[in-house]
Amino acid sequence: MSFLLDCPNCGAREVTDFGFGGEASSRPTSKPLRRELNRYLYVRRNVAGRQREWWVHRLGCRQWFLAERDTRTNEVIWTALPADAPVPGEVDAANVGGEGR
Amino acid sequence: MSRLPQHPGQRIDLSRPLTFSFDGRSHEGFAGDTIASALYASGQRVFSRSFKYHRKRGEVCFCGRCANSLVQVDGAPGVRACGEPLQAGMRVEHQNAWPSLDFDVMAATDRFGGPFTPPGFYYKTFIRPRRLWPVYERVLRRAAGLGRLPERQAERSWETEYRRRHCDVAVLGGGFAGLSAALRAAELGADVVLVDDDVEPGGDLLAEGEHERARDLAARCAEAGVEILSSASALGYFDGLVAVWQGDTLCQVRAARHVAATGALEQPLVFPGNDLPGVMLSGGALRLAALYGIAPGESVVVATCERRGLENALHLQGLGIGVAAVADLRGRGDEDLCERLRAGGAELLRGMTVVRGRGRGGLAEVTIARVDAAGRAQGRGRTIPCDCLAVCGGAAPASSLLLQAGARAAFDQQANRFLPVPAAAGISGAGAVVGHEDPGSGRLSGSIAGAESALALGFGGREDRAFAEAERARLEQVLAAGASTRQAPPALATDGRGGKAFVDLDEDVTAKDVAYAAAEGYDSIELSKRYTTATMGPSQGRFSQLAAVRALAEETGLPMGQVGLTTARPPWATVPLGVLAGRPFESAKRSALHGRHSELGANVRWAGDWRRAYDYGDPAAEALAVHEGAGLIDVSTLGKLIVRGGEAEEFLDRLYPNRMSSLKQGRIRYGILTSEAGRISDDGTICRLDADTFYVTTTSGGADSVEQWFSRWLADWQLDVSLSDVTQGVAAINLAGPRSREILARLTGLDCSNEAFPYLDAQHGEVAGVPCLLLRIGFTGELGYELHCPLANARQLWDVIAAAGAQPFGLEAQRILRLQKQHILVGQDTDSESTPFSANLGWSVNLEKQQSFIGRWALEEKTGVEPSHRLVGFVCSGGEVPTEGAAIIRGKLVTGQVTSARRSPQLGQSIGLAMVAPGEAVDGATIEISDQDRRIAATVTTAPFYDPEGEVVRS
Repeated sequence: MSFLLDCPNCGAREVTDFGFGGEASSRPTSKPLRRELNRYLYVRRNVAGRQREWWVHRLGCRQWFLAERDTRTNEVIWTALPADAPVPGEVDAANVGGEGR
Repeated sequence: MSRLPQHPGQRIDLSRPLTFSFDGRSHEGFAGDTIASALYASGQRVFSRSFKYHRKRGEVCFCGRCANSLVQVDGAPGVRACGEPLQAGMRVEHQNAWPSLDFDVMAATDRFGGPFTPPGFYYKTFIRPRRLWPVYERVLRRAAGLGRLPERQAERSWETEYRRRHCDVAVLGGGFAGLSAALRAAELGADVVLVDDDVEPGGDLLAEGEHERARDLAARCAEAGVEILSSASALGYFDGLVAVWQGDTLCQVRAARHVAATGALEQPLVFPGNDLPGVMLSGGALRLAALYGIAPGESVVVATCERRGLENALHLQGLGIGVAAVADLRGRGDEDLCERLRAGGAELLRGMTVVRGRGRGGLAEVTIARVDAAGRAQGRGRTIPCDCLAVCGGAAPASSLLLQAGARAAFDQQANRFLPVPAAAGISGAGAVVGHEDPGSGRLSGSIAGAESALALGFGGREDRAFAEAERARLEQVLAAGASTRQAPPALATDGRGGKAFVDLDEDVTAKDVAYAAAEGYDSIELSKRYTTATMGPSQGRFSQLAAVRALAEETGLPMGQVGLTTARPPWATVPLGVLAGRPFESAKRSALHGRHSELGANVRWAGDWRRAYDYGDPAAEALAVHEGAGLIDVSTLGKLIVRGGEAEEFLDRLYPNRMSSLKQGRIRYGILTSEAGRISDDGTICRLDADTFYVTTTSGGADSVEQWFSRWLADWQLDVSLSDVTQGVAAINLAGPRSREILARLTGLDCSNEAFPYLDAQHGEVAGVPCLLLRIGFTGELGYELHCPLANARQLWDVIAAAGAQPFGLEAQRILRLQKQHILVGQDTDSESTPFSANLGWSVNLEKQQSFIGRWALEEKTGVEPSHRLVGFVCSGGEVPTEGAAIIRGKLVTGQVTSARRSPQLGQSIGLAMVAPGEAVDGATIEISDQDRRIAATVTTAPFYDPEGEVVRS
């Protein structure tokens, strides 16, 4: 595995400079039901396709940011600081075909 | 032996002689020589003994790729003599022969074992009785193999540098095609890196009398801005990244486009005696003559089945080498070359090939004959005396990098090659690797690949595109017009009188072995490879894969394409493991006080990334000193974060299970960090400096991950908070013990009375003139102050406090002290399952507060549910100190484990912490510890062993 990630602060760097923060999920806003909590804690979508995920520039500016990456090809579609990231809904709608079920 | 007359294509500098030794004898070579060329010039013909039969072997390729030239240099085995530049003073030794190269006792396996040692022989024969196999194996392993590591080896440190090079186009291979590709891409404006494994780029041009052209092209490349990496090996292709080893550097070349111009490897012929020293590749013979000015032999015979062999023979003639005869398996074609060879004095034997080589310890004569389709000689043929046979059995594209990038190899009948068909976007092939072997098509092929790579990246204009298209059309014409016929050599050409004909010289695999394996059912190329070990030797099939495929095709009756190739895997070039392991990347952190600890004779040990003073000689005495007077310990390793901003208290309330917003200015609170699943991840203290500013400490080991955890959630929540990690900028010293107040009061103007500066209070002030943040906390259980100060002042502060009567104590003493208080160490007394409830820290969880802090919901689920284990203290009445990690058992069941245990000099007891079953987590319960052979009885104590009411620490 080897690819470049565009740190929103520092620019393109080898993936080995970064830490992976897992797929982006939204934290429940209020107390979840036990089943929802369980899903939130332990269940991942594990998409074969485009996935929104967290990365941290571990060996650089240590900034966390969001990226959309194709898990099959490691193609990185975009990276952005959370404030600048596309709204998840829009992205998902545009890439319904990419998501494995 | 003298060298050929000097000419500008030679690589050697006759004005700079170098002295070296081979097997203890002194030899002389010249600057520019390889080890092998210098030895060859001095008459050495045998360079190694073979893997299995210990047969004498000579040089084959003269380009650093074959296994025959493996020698030991200055104690390091496995060096390829024909690729390694000669250096003055080198101590070169043969390997894999005993007692000497000329007389090797193991060569008996060749004489007597030959017919009886087919593939699998050793395993089949010696597997019974099973119990004796280890004995057999030890003997057999010694009999086979290449070289031996010395018992004691001078310690070598690999000073590998890592380099990352991002570019537009990476060209792999610096032959005519590669240079042309690099030049064209650079001319169009691309940033180009060219990787070549020879000492200078040029590839075959260098030996074929075109060195001026090669050097001119390289100069133009350099002018156009191409970065040329010479003596550099491309090890593998990994998703757009090529690992390149160059001397002391491992360079990761990442390019938007790659051009593989890796060339093609000339192949040997298979006939009895084809491993005799003196049998070499025609290109090898040519390199020897052209680059190093050495005649490969007194009398040279060339055997070929393609135009390439005739061309090399002509070049040899041109260099003044006497070519006695040229055997060309093809009956017709390339008459012009044949005519010129005849004019040069060579006898042309058309439609014939070599069916036997003879000689004792080296080639003396060859038999050339017509052969039928199965390779059997028709008639007796011609026997010609010679000491060098230059063979050309076609070529195999060096397609490994392309195949690693996803290309498929298809057998092209007309080209008589497995040609790679690039599949992945971003990598293309140029030159001989894709079948464009002659100089004309190679140059065009390279130029096109370079142009197309640059164009694809947006360089160049419409006219450049048109030019590339025109070149492509020209290439098609050249290919159509210039195709010279090729003939596949037989899988085995023989006069039918037996003798070993090797398919793979590295592994001593004969044509008969492949047939034998196929008869046993190993009839696919992958199985055949693993059973016979053909292509598995040091040259990794470079000079044997094609022959192995051909032998299997012959045996199974399948076409070559259907037999196929084995999987290409990195590394393509041999690379020392030390280069890949590289320089150890250990970030050793030292506190500002490290020098002081060393001067005090501290026993320094690793603690995570930190080098810490473990003790100063007597940890028990150090712990007692803290109880009796005062001690000081360097706690600079604590993680230290400043959390500042309008929403800082909100932020901390969301992260910690207890309330931080209610913390008053100048006060300190203990806080535990949990994951969303409610598991303990770290702990520390939180001090409110002012309305918007908090000073957070973490464990020493957790500093990094807590900072990452905080910034992760900050990025998500986007609160008005700034986070500064000051771990490495702020030193911290813990002054502890009953005398610490008195000592501190002498050094500061602050009122240190218990009323003015109570437990869990924080103050800013100067201590001995050093600006400090003073935290009154007590990890040790005694009255204590943590003094946080700028790094620059740490030594001064330490020295003043020590001079005032505080005894330095180390990590071990601190561990004893904290254990007496049952203060946990996260990671030591907790594991990935521990929750605040199971760790006896339920008091630090405030489920009344509003914020849905991290872990809240999981912790809510756990309230009122008995955890599987609880952390409790225990005392061993017998005075034993169990090993940390020892099991707690009840009957035959393991019910828990010891997490910490120490002898407490203050209490005179053996104490510890353990995770136990809930039923045992009550005061007075007896537990049994199983510690290897020992059974230790212990009594549970849930309250701190020392000062259970916490009066001392508050006094």
